[in-house]
Amino acid sequence: MTVAAPPVAPATGRNVSSGAGGSRVGRSGPVAWMVLPALLLFVVFGIVPLIGVVVLSFTQWDGLGPIHANGFANWRSVLADPQTWHSVLVTFEIMILSWAVQTPMSLLLGTFLAGRQRYRAFLAVLYFIPLLLSSAAIAITYKALLDPNFGLGAGLHIGFLTQDWLGKSNLAIGVVIFIVSWQFIPFHSLIYQGGVRQIPTTMYEAASIDGAGRVRQFFSITVPQLKYTIITSSTLMVVGSLTFFDLIFVLTAGGPGDATRVLALDMYKRGFMSNQMGPASVIASIIVLLGLALALILRRLGGSTTASQQEGA
Amino acid sequence: MDPMTTSRRTFLGFVGGGALAAGLAACGSSGPSSTPGSTTGAAAAGTGTTYWFLTGQPQQAIREAQVKRFNDANSGSKIKTTEFQNDAFKAKIKTAIGAGQGPTLIWGWGGGGLKSYVEAGQVEDLTDWFNQQTDLKNSIFPSAFTAATVNGKLYAVPGETVTPIVLFYDKRSFEKIGAEPPQSWGDIMDLVPKFNEKGIAPFSLGGQSRWTNMMWLEFLFDRIGGSEVFQNIYDGKKDGWSDPSALKALDEMQKLIKANGFVKGFSSITADSNADQALLYTGKAAMMLHGAWTYGNMKSSGKDFVTGGHLGYMNFPPVDGGKGDPSDTVGNPGQYMSISSKATQADKDNAKKFIANNTLDDATVDAWVKSGNIPVVKSAKDKLSSITDKNDAAWLNFVYDTAANAKNFAQSWDQALSPTQAETLLDNIAKLFQLSISPQQFADNMNAVIGQ
Repeated sequence: MTVAAPPVAPATGRNVSSGAGGSRVGRSGPVAWMVLPALLLFVVFGIVPLIGVVVLSFTQWDGLGPIHANGFANWRSVLADPQTWHSVLVTFEIMILSWAVQTPMSLLLGTFLAGRQRYRAFLAVLYFIPLLLSSAAIAITYKALLDPNFGLGAGLHIGFLTQDWLGKSNLAIGVVIFIVSWQFIPFHSLIYQGGVRQIPTTMYEAASIDGAGRVRQFFSITVPQLKYTIITSSTLMVVGSLTFFDLIFVLTAGGPGDATRVLALDMYKRGFMSNQMGPASVIASIIVLLGLALALILRRLGGSTTASQQEGA
Repeated sequence: MDPMTTSRRTFLGFVGGGALAAGLAACGSSGPSSTPGSTTGAAAAGTGTTYWFLTGQPQQAIREAQVKRFNDANSGSKIKTTEFQNDAFKAKIKTAIGAGQGPTLIWGWGGGGLKSYVEAGQVEDLTDWFNQQTDLKNSIFPSAFTAATVNGKLYAVPGETVTPIVLFYDKRSFEKIGAEPPQSWGDIMDLVPKFNEKGIAPFSLGGQSRWTNMMWLEFLFDRIGGSEVFQNIYDGKKDGWSDPSALKALDEMQKLIKANGFVKGFSSITADSNADQALLYTGKAAMMLHGAWTYGNMKSSGKDFVTGGHLGYMNFPPVDGGKGDPSDTVGNPGQYMSISSKATQADKDNAKKFIANNTLDDATVDAWVKSGNIPVVKSAKDKLSSITDKNDAAWLNFVYDTAANAKNFAQSWDQALSPTQAETLLDNIAKLFQLSISPQQFADNMNAVIGQ
């Protein structure tokens, strides 16, 4: 996944600040200086541009000429613009639906792949393939496959596949969610696979002796034990989906109309197509704030301590 | 059957698919391809004269040949080139110029984009220098200079080709329904159900590219209200978009869409992939409104579509009761070359020499005509008699006449307007074609950014 620097900030920022100031790490002494290289890189490539974006959001600049300060004018106009709220809505729609599709599937696949049989290892390699492809390549390929006149459906004369997939608002959002899920389920399955393998087998042995079946074991042992893995994976999905850009840009360019115009795309269009860096910076700041808020909420959901965990997610 | 074999085959299939996808990504990537020995980026600080231009044949080869001729003749002050794919170029050049890292020679479409460079003081005023180049000046079509002029001063030199938008049609499709090509907007509306009945889409359209939809509005505005409707908008007149003729044009547009005038799924088709042209030459669509530049590709990709004489073309027909002159056309009156004001004096002089000697020289004009294009010079007409292919000769004469006889040759809206207005326009056009906004809403949204 290709991401712009500022939107990554929340996730990294959390780790760094808890590393530098957190009591657990502080107590262990010599580890504190080890954070310096990462902190330095983060300040140079994360914090400094972030401050630049916030400053730009209070200015008027076309990317070519001089920069003029204009106070809160950009914020007022962007927040009053229905396009912004439409983009927020689309972003959340894609975020929630892709989370709802990815989480159960990754969880099941991850649990399945945690088994040590050889055929499962082989399948794991197959499942991993979508993750190796770049988003742009995936988008171009799907665009060709879904073309209503020259695509898979039209070529093989399959009526069901011959739809205007990217030309109807609801279908286009569905396609985006499908492709995002197709692309990232392998990654999250991998996380769950690791999580499941850390659950002590003694728990399952005890449950079997007590007469619990596979389904019961899954819901009473696997899922509760994976609580923190689920939170980690969800945080990655949710914060990551704020920065979806390349896939949607190549696939639909935000269309049809503005049906798939997510915040990141809205930011790009305002900044680099309309030459309005001020309003684009406002959108960028909103993305950062949303990302921070969501990451904090998810962290809060998981409780503040990880000390009693079997597996350190 | 051994399941393992199947799996391995599937696996290999996957790997093959992956490689294919990676290959596709490489084709579609925005990375610049540099000529050997050239550097990307940095022009301003004395790294020599640099020139960025677009990929895509036949234009690319002609541009490369121009630079080669210049470099062969001036081995001491060679021009270094960097080539970009269209969309990548548009994004990159703005950012690079803003950061003072632009090329010496700035290739572009003139109009609103050029105006924003001028306002930022990034391009050289060429008025005095160009006035001394009398031969070059007198050879170029007068209509090409409008888009190169800002506040009465010339900031770019027209070059390359004049490409009006024309109405292409497939003669075979018209034979199938036993009808004649449309002579008016009313004919178009009448033809739509006839083609749909035979399972042929009336019009092909690469709607995801948005500027493709815009060409329709450009013609409807002109044919219904005359050229002054858009001129008022261009001049920043308040509420220019809610002119009654404009609203009528927008309404007619939506009528055609509602009548299924365009191919199914048009809003997910891109013009960059040439899928819209493919629909026309494979007989899936009967007509297509598109730029003259598509002729070359339809000839090379369309099997016998062009060579077999199946391609028909005409200027956009008049609208009954409309005020516009039926000879008017829209499109690109030319492409433009500016010189960066940030370049060193030596590089500027070198660039001027290149523009004066190599961009519209005899060899270039010859190459453009041979590739099926009309260069922006009057002498192009003389070259046409030497074309032996009768399809090409007829086509080139048609393009030349359309361009030369147009009472008004309007520049494409997205090039003429400022980038801010252009982007809002393209967005709203996409929504208009999705039928998600009404003509009145379209006009209101556009009036809000007029003059920005």
